[in-house]
Amino acid sequence: MSVMNARSSAPARSAGRPPSLGGNVSAWSNRHRKWLFAAPAMIFVGVLIVFPLVWTLYLSLTDSQGSVRAATDFIGLQNYLTVLSDTERFWPAVGRTMTFTGVALVCEVVLGMGIALLLWRPFRGEKWVRVAILLPLVATPVAVGMMWRLIFDPNIGFANQLLGMIGIPPQPWLSGQDTALGTTIFMDVWQWTPMVVLILLAGLTSLSDEPDEAARVDGANSFQRFFYITLPLMMPTVIVAILLRGIDALKTFDILYATKGKGGGSFNEVETLNVYAYGLSFDYNQYGLSSAVLILFFMIIIGSMWLLTMRKKAVSK
Amino acid sequence: MTVATPNQTSAAAPQVIRRRRKPLPTRLYKVFRVVALIAVVLFLIAPLFWMLLASFKTNVDIYDTGKALFFSPTGENYANVLQRNNYFVFIFNSFWVAFVSTALSIVLGVPAAYAMSRFTMHRSALVVLMARVIPGVSLLVPWYYVFSNLRMVGKFEVLILSHMFVALPLIVYIMMSYFDSLPLELEESAQVDGLTPIGAFRLITLPLSVAGIATAGILSFIFSWNNFMFALVLSGSSTKTLPVAIFDFVSYASIDWGGLMAAATVVTIPIMIIALFTQKYIVSGLTAGATKG
Repeated sequence: MSVMNARSSAPARSAGRPPSLGGNVSAWSNRHRKWLFAAPAMIFVGVLIVFPLVWTLYLSLTDSQGSVRAATDFIGLQNYLTVLSDTERFWPAVGRTMTFTGVALVCEVVLGMGIALLLWRPFRGEKWVRVAILLPLVATPVAVGMMWRLIFDPNIGFANQLLGMIGIPPQPWLSGQDTALGTTIFMDVWQWTPMVVLILLAGLTSLSDEPDEAARVDGANSFQRFFYITLPLMMPTVIVAILLRGIDALKTFDILYATKGKGGGSFNEVETLNVYAYGLSFDYNQYGLSSAVLILFFMIIIGSMWLLTMRKKAVSK
Repeated sequence: MTVATPNQTSAAAPQVIRRRRKPLPTRLYKVFRVVALIAVVLFLIAPLFWMLLASFKTNVDIYDTGKALFFSPTGENYANVLQRNNYFVFIFNSFWVAFVSTALSIVLGVPAAYAMSRFTMHRSALVVLMARVIPGVSLLVPWYYVFSNLRMVGKFEVLILSHMFVALPLIVYIMMSYFDSLPLELEESAQVDGLTPIGAFRLITLPLSVAGIATAGILSFIFSWNNFMFALVLSGSSTKTLPVAIFDFVSYASIDWGGLMAAATVVTIPIMIIALFTQKYIVSGLTAGATKG
């Protein structure tokens, strides 16, 4: 049983001394490198995901509360019934999550497309604009929240000073019950529009010039060329941008927590599903209930992603 | 004069040709474009500038709207942040957690991305990318339970583990699209020359992927540095990271605005400097896989 044999014959069965074992191990690992490479990462993520998900599913069927170690009773779908009939916190939170995500996405995609078009063709000072675009993206969201908190302060904030200059009365911004959600959406737009710009710009630069040139020759003006040529060709990229941004927007937490604190403010005015679930878990220790909220939240995310992927497939064809 | 004339014409000629081929935007559009770009840059930069300004103001000056732009700057807030609040420890914590979680995620993620790209293991990739989709809170409750039973909440290991959870999917996603763009022929010819498949990966593909790994690493460092929710629950008083430590300046009674803005600047500046020096990588990382349709 030589080393050579072990290396050339297909199954590595021999349990020889170290040198031949080395040959076997290397032959074996080369043959199975697919799983050898992929498995550690998959096991890591799998254990850290599957176990918590199963646990969350289990908790959502119990009356777990107070301490994570406390004894619990199995109560079936009771938590889901409680949550789904809760029109005071749960449904408004669903509404806010949808409003936040929807409005932020629309603004980010429209603005992002506009800015990407501005940046599309080379110009002087391009480098500086790119730096400006990168800065909000890498800024720490919590710090960004704090920064806006000062700017939107009703008394000392720059936002109201600016409004005063053009003769508009001061606004409550973050402290108003009706204006708080809109203000946080504005912050999200400030921080994440650049991301949409980068994605769309990458898409624009990879477009071939020919359809555009052909339309130009046929006498189409720039609006026609954008709406009938560029935009349809860009649709797959737009959907990728919506998908990537949408997932994160649904889960927004940092900015909301940094500006309005626990429970999304004293009237829960910016309490989205994520903030609601966090509060239920770590402020009120209602683990059973929060798990039910989380499972529903998770289903909403998967559902919207699935819809978008379907849409993307349809567009790509 | 006589010398200049031919020069002028030869300089003008290509421009005329260029104009005929690709009409330059009209004058009006040019003006609009400049104005719009300046507006965009101002909109993105001004708030950060405001934060920086406020961090050099005393709290009295912050409340004085007359001193919005003109005031006598003070380093008091920074001295306060860095000395009294032990910020150097928090800076180290943030750095350490981001660095180690990124390094470990690269070790796990790069080979995984390679296998997933070469053997088109899309379903397996989906498992890893699921981590991007799941709301963090739903993971935190079970993690918190397990780690508090193990008496590990507040230890670096737990924080690093949770941040790896942010970093790993990012690295796999970026590296998959990077490996997709590397030609397979290089490895195949190396194997013809006698290298084993793993040897070809180690000696050919890996050295060629340094740029991709840098992209993935920088981006994962940034996201880990900025991460807030996991550290909020899983860090202890000695392992607190910067985003959590900012809240020391917010109390129910009042906010120390100057200190808060200085703290926010201290969190943001290091990551921005890294970003400015590695611009190219960040952009390619953020747009990885976005244009494949």
